[in-house]
Amino acid sequence: MTDDDFASYRGTGVRRPPPPTSGGAADWARRNLFSSPLNVALTLGCLILVIWAAPPLIRFFLLDAVWSGTNRDACVKSAALGACWAFVRAWFSYFVYGFYPASERWRVDLFFAALALGLVWLGWLRSPRRSLGAIYFFVVLPLLSFVLLHGAPVMGLAVVPTALWGGILVTMVVATVGIVVSLPLGALLALARRSEIPLLRWIAVAFIEFVRGVPLITVLFMASVMLPLFVPERFAPDKLIRALVGVALFASAYMAEVVRGGLAAVPAGQYQAARALGLGYWRTMGLVVLPQALRVTLPNIVSIFIGLFKDTTLVFVVGIFDFLGTVETARGDPRWAAPNTTITGYAFAAAFYFVCCYGMSRYAYGVERRLARSRGAVKRP
Amino acid sequence: MPIISPIPLQGQVRRPRLRFGLLAVQVGLAAVICVLICAAAFNVAQNLSRAHIASGFGFWNNTAGFDISQTLIGYSANASTFGRAFWVGLLNTLVVAALGIVFATVIGFPIGLGRLSSNWLVARLSGGYIEIVRNVPLLLQLLFWYNAVLKTLPELRGSLRLPGGAFLNNRGLFLPRADFGAPFAGAFIAIVVAVGAAIALRIWARRRFGVTGQPVPVVWPTVALLIGCPLIALAIAGVPLQFSELHVSRFNISGGVEILPEFAALVVALSIYTAAFIAEVVRAGVLAVERGQLEAAQSLGLRPHAALRLIVIPQAMRVIIPPLTSQYLNLLKNSSLAVAIGYPDLVQVFAGSVLNITGQAVEVIAVTMAVYLAISLFVSFLMNLYARGMSIADY
Repeated sequence: MTDDDFASYRGTGVRRPPPPTSGGAADWARRNLFSSPLNVALTLGCLILVIWAAPPLIRFFLLDAVWSGTNRDACVKSAALGACWAFVRAWFSYFVYGFYPASERWRVDLFFAALALGLVWLGWLRSPRRSLGAIYFFVVLPLLSFVLLHGAPVMGLAVVPTALWGGILVTMVVATVGIVVSLPLGALLALARRSEIPLLRWIAVAFIEFVRGVPLITVLFMASVMLPLFVPERFAPDKLIRALVGVALFASAYMAEVVRGGLAAVPAGQYQAARALGLGYWRTMGLVVLPQALRVTLPNIVSIFIGLFKDTTLVFVVGIFDFLGTVETARGDPRWAAPNTTITGYAFAAAFYFVCCYGMSRYAYGVERRLARSRGAVKRP
Repeated sequence: MPIISPIPLQGQVRRPRLRFGLLAVQVGLAAVICVLICAAAFNVAQNLSRAHIASGFGFWNNTAGFDISQTLIGYSANASTFGRAFWVGLLNTLVVAALGIVFATVIGFPIGLGRLSSNWLVARLSGGYIEIVRNVPLLLQLLFWYNAVLKTLPELRGSLRLPGGAFLNNRGLFLPRADFGAPFAGAFIAIVVAVGAAIALRIWARRRFGVTGQPVPVVWPTVALLIGCPLIALAIAGVPLQFSELHVSRFNISGGVEILPEFAALVVALSIYTAAFIAEVVRAGVLAVERGQLEAAQSLGLRPHAALRLIVIPQAMRVIIPPLTSQYLNLLKNSSLAVAIGYPDLVQVFAGSVLNITGQAVEVIAVTMAVYLAISLFVSFLMNLYARGMSIADY
C-alpha cells in the first residue's frame, strides 16, 4: 500500500457533478460504453472484433449457403464457399434415427413424445400430481421405452437390434438412462455416505471418490472391455448396454455428491420432527428429508444433467453412433466429403447441443430464482 | 415400543438399533460383496483362459513394437518396452494438461472479470462466449478444431511459410530448432539467482512493513530482477542463439521441432472450453466478496484500482482457488479425449495401443485409472490442507 493508492480528493470534500439526466440512447451509451478511457478502448476493441467476425459468419452460414442438392457437387461448385445445408437435409433422418428401419420409426417418435411428456410432467413445477409423474418417469417410461425401441415379438413389435440404433435416438437413450438410473442410485449413495453403518459408508465413499477421480473415457473403456469379462460368456452384454452401464455409474457418483449437498441443507429440526412423529429411517428420508433436499438442490441436479447430456457424445469413442457419431460418419461419406460440409455438420450438431443445454440451464436458473423467492417469503415475518 | 436415544447430530439420523443388528448388516453386506467379487474373478479367469490371454504385469518389460507420433523421451518401436510407452503417454498427457491450464487461466480470468464489467458490450461478449462454449460438448469442439480447422490447412506441398522460417501445413507446425550454446547455462543460473533475490526481497519487505508500517515496492523490482539478471548474464557472455535450417523435401520437413495438429487441437479445445468454466468461477468469486468491503475501501479513500488489488482480489481468491483447482483437474481428465483424434496421450497409448496388443484389459485399465486417481486424490489432499489453512486465517 502506497500513498499513491489513495485518491487525491481525500479530505478535500470533492464536489461531484450532478447525476446525468437519464434517458436517451446517447446517455445510455455514455454510461454503459464510454464511461472512462479504458472503457472507450474496450468498446472500440470489441466493436472491431464484432465487425471483423460477424459479416463473414453471416455470409458463410446464410447468404452463401447452399440449401438443396443431392451430393457434394452442389456445395463445392457454388461460386463462394458457404455452408452446405443440403448435406444436413440429405442426412437428417440418419441424424435422428440412425439405421433404425424406416417402417418402424414411428416407435422412435412415440419414444420421443413419451420422454417429452415425462420431462414436462416432472420439470414443470406447477404440473398436477407430480408424484405420479415421478413414477411415470422412473418406472413406466423405462419399461415403455424398452418395449418400444427394442421391440417385443409378443406384442407384435419386431425386435430392432441396437446396432441399428443411432443419432439423436441414441443420444436421448443414453441421456435418459443416465438420468433415470443416476438420480435414485445417486440418492442411495448419498444416504449410504451419511449412514451410520461404517462398511456401507466406506463403500459409498470409495465408489464416489473413485469414479469422480477418473475420466469418463476410462470408465467407458472399462465398461466396454472389462464388463464382458466379469460375467459368464453367454451373458456378455450388448455394446450399447455396456456404454449405458458406464455412463449411468459415472453420473451416479456426481449425483451422489449433489444430493449430499442437498441433504446437508435440510435443517436438523426436520429429522428430529420426523423422528418425534415416530417415523422410521426410510419414511423419515423418503417423506421428509429427501423431498426437501432434492428441491433445494434441483438447480445442481439440472447442471449435472447438462454435463451428462454433453458427455453422451463420448460413447462415440467406444464405437456407438450417437448424434455426434452419425455426423462424423456422414461427413466422411465420399459423396459429401468437403471442408464446408464438415463445418456445416459440426455447426448443426453444435446448435442442437446448445439449444438443449442452454434450455436446461435457463430452466435451472428459473428454478433457482423461484427457490430464492420462496426462501425469502419464509423469512419474512 | 419406541426406543429413546440421544438427540441426533446435525443432519444425521441415528437409527435406534441394537449393536448386534448393526454388526449383522455389515457381515451380510461383506458376504454379498465377497460373493460378487469371487464370482467376477472366477468369470474373468475363465474368460481370459478361454481367450488365451496372460495375466499379471509380465508384459511391462516386453518390447512394445508400435510407433508413437510424439515422444518427449527416447522411444523406438523395436527397442522400447510397454513400460516405456506408458511413460511416453503419461508425459504427453501432462504436457497437454500443463499448457491447457496455463492458457485456460490466461483466457478465463479476463473473461470472468469482463462479464462483470460495467461496459455493456464487454459484458455481453464475455457472457456470449461463456454460454456458447459451456453448452457445446467438448468432444464436438475438439473435432471441430481438428477436422474443420487444422486438417483443412494446405498439404505439405503448399505449406504456408511463416515469418522466422517456420512452416504450417495439415501435418503440423514446423519450427526451426533453437540451439542453445553454453552461455545459456549462465543465463539459467542468473534466473535462479533472480528468483532467490525476489523471494528475499519479499520477505524483507513484509518484515519491514510489519515493523515500521512503511510499504516497500516489491512488484517492479521483482520484474526488473527477473528480466535484468539473465539479460546481464547474456550481455557478458554474448548471445550464441542459432536456429537450425529446416530441410524441406517432397515427403516431409525435417531438422526442426514439429508440433502435431492433434496436439495443437487438443490444447486449443481444452483451453477454450475450460476457460469458460474458469470465467464462471472467477465471476462467482468476485461476487462472493461483500459489497460492504468495497464500500468500506472507498470510504477509506482507496482508489478503485487499489481497492480491487488490496481488498477485493485477496478475498475473492480464497473463494476462487478450490473450484479453480477442480477445473484444472477436469482439464486433466478431459485431456483423455485425445483418443478421439489420435493424440498419443496416456489413454490412447496405454488403454488403446497397449491394450489392443496385449489384450490384458484388467491390468491396463487398472493402471490407467490409477494414474488419474492418484493425481486427483493428491490434489484434493492439497486442497484440504489449503482449506484448513484458510479457515484458521478467517478469524
